[in-house]
Amino acid sequence: MAAAVGRVLRLGGRWSTAAGGPGAQTLRLIYTTTAVQRKNVGASGPEKYTEAFIKKQIEEFNLGKRHLANMMGEDPETFTQEDIDRAIAYLFPSGLFDKQARPMMKHPSEIFPEQTKIQWGEDGRPFHFLFYTGKQSYYSLMHETYEKLLSVQKYQDQMTAQDLPPQKEKRNLAGSRWLTKIELEEMLLEKLSDNDYLRFIQLLQKLMTLPCGDMEEKYIQKFTKEVPAQLQKVVIEPLKYDERGVAFSTGEGIRKTAKATATVYDNGTGKITVNGIDILHYFPVLQDREQLLFPFQFLDRVGKHDMICTVSGGGRSAQAGAIRLASAKALRSFVTEKEVEFMRQAGLLTTDPRVKERKKPGQEGARRKFTWKKR
Amino acid sequence: DDKLLSEPLSHPDFFNVKELFSLKDLFDARVHLGHKKGCRHRFMEPYIFGCRLDQDIIDLDQTMQHLQLALNFTAHIAYRKGIILFISRRRQFCHLVESTARECGEYAHTRYWQGGLLTNAHIQFGSGVRLPDLIIFLSSLNNVFEPHVAIRDAAKMNIPTVGVVDTNCNPCLITYPVPGNDDSPTAMELYCKLFRMAIIRAKDKRRQSEVFDELR
Repeated sequence: MAAAVGRVLRLGGRWSTAAGGPGAQTLRLIYTTTAVQRKNVGASGPEKYTEAFIKKQIEEFNLGKRHLANMMGEDPETFTQEDIDRAIAYLFPSGLFDKQARPMMKHPSEIFPEQTKIQWGEDGRPFHFLFYTGKQSYYSLMHETYEKLLSVQKYQDQMTAQDLPPQKEKRNLAGSRWLTKIELEEMLLEKLSDNDYLRFIQLLQKLMTLPCGDMEEKYIQKFTKEVPAQLQKVVIEPLKYDERGVAFSTGEGIRKTAKATATVYDNGTGKITVNGIDILHYFPVLQDREQLLFPFQFLDRVGKHDMICTVSGGGRSAQAGAIRLASAKALRSFVTEKEVEFMRQAGLLTTDPRVKERKKPGQEGARRKFTWKKR
Repeated sequence: DDKLLSEPLSHPDFFNVKELFSLKDLFDARVHLGHKKGCRHRFMEPYIFGCRLDQDIIDLDQTMQHLQLALNFTAHIAYRKGIILFISRRRQFCHLVESTARECGEYAHTRYWQGGLLTNAHIQFGSGVRLPDLIIFLSSLNNVFEPHVAIRDAAKMNIPTVGVVDTNCNPCLITYPVPGNDDSPTAMELYCKLFRMAIIRAKDKRRQSEVFDELR
């Protein structure tokens, strides 16, 4: 193992210009071995592009777009990206399956990812003053936020010095949440650790708890997101009146594969018709008829309503369950909110989520396994 | 071009950094206060004036000389357009140091030091990165009261260092140590002000000389 210890490097290898300007090239003694000098192509990460390179690519793209428009016989000024895609698909037909593998002509900002831009100028000086920390955007964000904190504290001190009361503004805390770690990473284009994220959120919370004015709200809003109200208030439809002046309302219900729609009329005698047939004939089994009557029995309105329903799909029991749900939903309009709540707690208004479980391969049924034979 | 670079080297104090500070300024900023006798580092004994009620007092005459050398060196580096990196791991002064660096147009690192920043730079940043030409330590210890890793790394990468060393620090690997207090806010503000003024002065002088050259 020939280790070239103390090799003085001039050309190639790793050496950096001292502060001698463009002319003077001072030597730097760097201890390396021959193995290390071989360039490890993969380890340096994806290729980085300079700004000049990206600009040139954009110019070439625009020029190519105009050429393509001329070729296709269309107006270069109004040639959109969709037209480009169509033209390329026409001129270079490809039978490849993967859409990403087919020839494409897109704007360079879509092809070259944003983050792989070289962060220093021609003379080698980095652009950002926190470049040497490694996580420049995150630390510059922390720096900015801390500066805001200091300015707010100074403002507070001034107010107390002038004996003015601190501003107390009510901020809507319930409707917003902080950005998640992934969203923050996307914003900064840098990887963060959990600790870093926590620190940043703690700093923001500290800033928020101070009696700060409008100046900081805009800054904090950049890192908050609105939480949409997840409560879906179920709207109970009002009663409708038909030609005779009788109040009625409709409801829909599902159970297994059966679908049912029910129309419940007021001032009735308790007559129930299913698909044009009376329930005694349609549901010969007592259990099904009990299911249909349960909502009315629960609300003590057994003989007071008429019902006409249509049902399809499923079996005997499923159809009964579907009609029950449909009638319960229809009855909501006739009844007070408290009773609606009682119905909900009784389970009359919930769609039964149980459906037939699929059969799995290697088993005889959904759960039943094949007979186990010892030998 | 050569004349531009060689002319400052002929004067002992080309940028006149002596006038930036005086002994009284250092005393008012409490630069002479060190730590207690028990915290004293063996290699700091030459720089200590004495010990009063168990607290070490740093010799300000020596500090003056060292500070003048350090500021002169910094100004020369800035004149030759070198990259200067400010390092301080004190949480109290992190914001101050970063703002100082930003105002000078130089760079700062007051956060957690990742292992290979200097020694593994070509892999961490990308090939063709330029390393700093001078590192200024405004506090040479890290949060666990051990010498900062960057001192050793800079020595490995042949990067000259300027550092404010307190009585509990090891001044060994630092090229231009400046014995002084690194705990008081006044002292830190004074150092930041001095370095900032030196760098800005050097950069202005460089711009002026370039303009004169172009006019000729």
